[in-house]
Amino acid sequence: MFIDQLFNGLSVGSILLLIAIGLAITFGLMGVINMAHGELMMVGAYTTYVIQQWFTSHMPHSAGLYFVAAIPLSFLAAALLGWGLEKSLIRHLYRRPLDSLLATWGISLILQQTARLIFGAPNVAVVPPSWLDGGIRLFGAVFPYKRLFILCLVLAIVFFLYMYLMKTRAGRRIQAVTMNRSMAACLGIATQKVDAYSFAIGSGLAGVAGCALTLLGPIGPTIGTYYIVDAFMVVILGGVGKLAGTLLGAFGIGLISTFVEYSTSATIAKVIVFVLIIAFLQWKPSGLLSVRTRSLD
Amino acid sequence: MVNKRWGYWLFFAALFLAPFYLTEFRLSLLGKFLCFAIVAVGISLIWGYTGILSLGHGVYFGLGAYCMAMYLKLEASRGHLPDFMEWSGVRELPWFWKPFAHPMVAIAAAIALPTLLAALLSYLTFKNRIKGVYFSLLSQAVVVVFVTLFIGKQEWTGGTNGLTNFSTVFGFSLSSPLTQIVLYWLTTACLALIFVAARRLTSGRLGKVLIAIRDAENRVRFLGFNPTVYKVFVYSLSAAFAGVAGALFVLQVGLISPEMMGIIPSIEMVLWAAVGGRQSLMGAIIGAIVMNTAKSFLSENYPDLWLLLLGALFVVVVLLVPKGLAGIYESLVAVRIKAKRGHEREARVDVS
Amino acid sequence: MKPVLMCRDVVVDFDGFRALQGVDLAVYPHEVRFLIGPNGAGKTTLLDVICGRTRATDGRVLFFSHDITKRPEYEIVQMGIARKFQSPSIFPFLTVWENMELAMRQDRRLRSVLRAKRTGEEEEIMAAQLERIGLLDERHRLAGTLSHGQKQWLEIGMQLIQRPQLLLLDEPIAGMSAAERERTGEWLHEIAKHCAVIIVEHDMDFVRRYSKQVTVMHEGKVLCEGSIDEVQQNEQVIDVYLGRRKNACYASGM
Repeated sequence: MFIDQLFNGLSVGSILLLIAIGLAITFGLMGVINMAHGELMMVGAYTTYVIQQWFTSHMPHSAGLYFVAAIPLSFLAAALLGWGLEKSLIRHLYRRPLDSLLATWGISLILQQTARLIFGAPNVAVVPPSWLDGGIRLFGAVFPYKRLFILCLVLAIVFFLYMYLMKTRAGRRIQAVTMNRSMAACLGIATQKVDAYSFAIGSGLAGVAGCALTLLGPIGPTIGTYYIVDAFMVVILGGVGKLAGTLLGAFGIGLISTFVEYSTSATIAKVIVFVLIIAFLQWKPSGLLSVRTRSLD
Repeated sequence: MVNKRWGYWLFFAALFLAPFYLTEFRLSLLGKFLCFAIVAVGISLIWGYTGILSLGHGVYFGLGAYCMAMYLKLEASRGHLPDFMEWSGVRELPWFWKPFAHPMVAIAAAIALPTLLAALLSYLTFKNRIKGVYFSLLSQAVVVVFVTLFIGKQEWTGGTNGLTNFSTVFGFSLSSPLTQIVLYWLTTACLALIFVAARRLTSGRLGKVLIAIRDAENRVRFLGFNPTVYKVFVYSLSAAFAGVAGALFVLQVGLISPEMMGIIPSIEMVLWAAVGGRQSLMGAIIGAIVMNTAKSFLSENYPDLWLLLLGALFVVVVLLVPKGLAGIYESLVAVRIKAKRGHEREARVDVS
Repeated sequence: MKPVLMCRDVVVDFDGFRALQGVDLAVYPHEVRFLIGPNGAGKTTLLDVICGRTRATDGRVLFFSHDITKRPEYEIVQMGIARKFQSPSIFPFLTVWENMELAMRQDRRLRSVLRAKRTGEEEEIMAAQLERIGLLDERHRLAGTLSHGQKQWLEIGMQLIQRPQLLLLDEPIAGMSAAERERTGEWLHEIAKHCAVIIVEHDMDFVRRYSKQVTVMHEGKVLCEGSIDEVQQNEQVIDVYLGRRKNACYASGM
C-alpha cells in the first residue's frame, strides 16, 4: 500500500513539476506572473490532439508514433504563442507585476474561449500510443508506463534545462539578466531579446506539459485552470529563482497530498495541504531555497 | 469638491428612488449589482489605496452568503431537516448549523466569518512580509480550497447546487414585491453607509498611511508605522464588506452556490474596480454596475462573445486605461478646466 | 555621560559570510560620529543592524540602556532612531504636506491614526519645519513632482520632524553640488544640538571638514577610533588604505 502511494505521489509530483518548471522560468527567473500558463498547456494538449488526428487519417499504420512528433511540436506551438505574448503584451508590464497578472488572466480567458469555439466545449480524448500501455511491477505495486514516462520526461527536462542555464552562452545570459538586469545591459546583453526567448522557453515547456497530460485523460478548454493554482503553489513553496527549489516543492506537494488524501479524502487533503503550505511559509517566508538581497523594496 | 458632493447625493437619491421608475425585473437586477458594488468598494480600498491585490474575495462574499442562506434554508424547512441533507442521508442537523436558526446569529456570522478568515490569512502572510503577487496567488489558492470543500462536503453545504429554495425572511415572503423593494432599499442603504465610511477612512490620516504603504512599504516601516497592522485591518475590513454584500445578495437572488465564489467570479470582482478606476471609490461602484449590466446583456445574447470580451477588457484596461472610468472622467474635467482658464486668459488679454 | 547607543560585540552572518565580526561602538549625546572605511567594511550593515533592518547573529545593541537587538524596525523608530537611506525615500503620490504629516512625531498605532486630526499646534510645527527646509510654498505639490534636490530636503525635513535622538545617515552628500555639501555640513552641526548622529561617508574632504570623532571600519571590525588626524596617523589604517593603493598600482601596472 505504501509503495502504491509512493508511486502515486511521485507521479502527481512529476506532473506538478512539469507544469511548474515553465513557471519557474517565467515567474521564478523573470518575475512575470503568467496566468495564461495553464492555457499555454492547453495549447500543447490540443496540438497533440490535432497531430494524432492527422496521423490516424494519413498514416494509420504508424499512428502510435504521433507522440514522438507531438512533444517537439507542442513545445513549438506554445513557445511561439508565448513569444508573441511577450512581444505584444508582457513587455509593457515588467515593472507592474499585479497588472501583468490581470492582463495575462484576460489572455487566458480569450485562449479558453477560442479553444471552445474551435474544438467545442466538451472534452476530447487523445488515445495514448499503444507502446505506453501496461506497467512495471515493483515491490508488489504497478507503476503504469505512462506515468513512468512522464516522470522520466520531466527529469530529462530538468536536467537539460539545468545544463542549458549553466553551461551554454544563451543560458548564462538568462541568468545574468535575472540577477542584475541593468548590469547585464551594460555588459552588452540584449536584455529584451533574452526576455523574449526566456519567456518562449517557459511557454514551450508548458506546451510539453500539456502534451504529456493527454496521456492521463481527456482534455478540454479548462484543463489549464485545473492545475495552475497548484503549480503556482509549487513555485512559491520552492522559493523563487531556484530550479532545485521547484523540484523539491513539486515532489513535496505531490507526495504529501497523495498520502494525506489516502488517509482522509481528496477534499480534506486540499485543505490540509494548503494549511501546511501556509504553516511552512511561517517558518521560511521566502520558500525552501531563496536568495537574500540587500536592496530596499 | 462641492460639485462632487452634490453628484454623490444625486447618485444615491436616484438609487433610492429606483423602485418608482424601474420594472420589478430591472430592480432585482440593480439590487444584485449594488451588492457587487459593495464588494468593489472593498476591493478599491485594498487594491487602489493599499496595493493589495486579492483574488480571494469570492470566498468572503460566498461565506457571507452561505451564512445568510443557512438561516433562510432552516426557516424554509420549518423545523425539518433541509431537503438536500435528507437526500445525502444525513439524519440530524449538524451542530454548526443549529445556531443559524437565529437570524441575528446568521447576520453576525455573515460579517464575522469572512472578517476572521481574512484577518487570519492576511496576518499570517503580511507578518512574514509575503506580499504582492505572492499574496495574490495565495488568496487564489484559498478560493480553490473553499470551492473544493463546499462541493465535497455536499451533505453540509448542498454541494454544487448550493443552497436555494428559500421561502421567507423574518416571516415575510421573499417572493413578494414589497419584500424585494425593502431588501433593495436595505442594500442601497448599506452601500451608501459603506461608501461614506470608506471615504472618511481614506480622506483621513489612515488613507495617507495606506497610500504610503502601497508606494513604499519599507519606508513606512522606517517612519515608525507597523504596516502589517494596517494591511491586516484594511484587508479584513474589505472582507467584511464582501460578507455583507454576500448576505444581501442571497436575500435578493435566493441562491448561492460554490460556482459563485470560484476563481473567475473572484477575479471579476477585481475587474469591476479596475474598470471603474481602482483608486476611486465611486468609480468602483460605477464599475460594478456598468460591468454587470454589460454582462447580463451580453452573456444572455452572445454567450460566446462575452468571455472573449471579458478577456480583452482585462488587457485593455490594464494596458490603456489603468485609472479606469474615473480616470477618464478626471482627465475630461481637467481638459474643461484648462479650456475655461484659456478663455479667461483670452478675456483678460482683451481687456488690457 | 551615558552613551546614546552602545553596540557590544555585534556579529552578522549572511549565510556564511561574516559581514560584521564583533563590532563595539559607543556614541554619546550631541555627537556626530563618522564611520569610514573601504568598501565592504560593514558600515552600512552596522547601520542596518542598529535600525533593525538586519538582525544581528550575535551581540547586543543598546539604546539608552534598552536592548533593541531583537525589536522590529517600527518600534526602534518609535523609540527615537531615524534612518535616512541612500536614495531619497519619500512618498511620491502624497503631497509635501502629507509627507510631513506622516513623518511627524505622533502615536503611530492604528487606533489613534484612525481618529487622528491635525491640531493647530501640529500644523505650526509642520509649517515651521517646511519653512526651514524651504518647501513651505510647495506644500500642496505631490512630492513625486519635486526636483531631486527638493526631494532630498523634504526627506531631511521628514527626519527632523520625527525629532529623533539618534539619526543614521548613509552617504548623505552623494551626488550633491559643492554648495549643497556645505549646507548639509552646517545642517549636521545644527542638528547635533538636538540629537546624536552616525554618518557613513566616503568623501574624505567632507569628513575632514565636519568630523570630530571618526571610527574606521575594516572587514567587519572596528580598526580604530579618534579624531581624523589621529586616525590618519594610525599604522593599521595606513596599512589598510596604503595596502589597497599598492594593490591598485600593481593592478594598473599590469
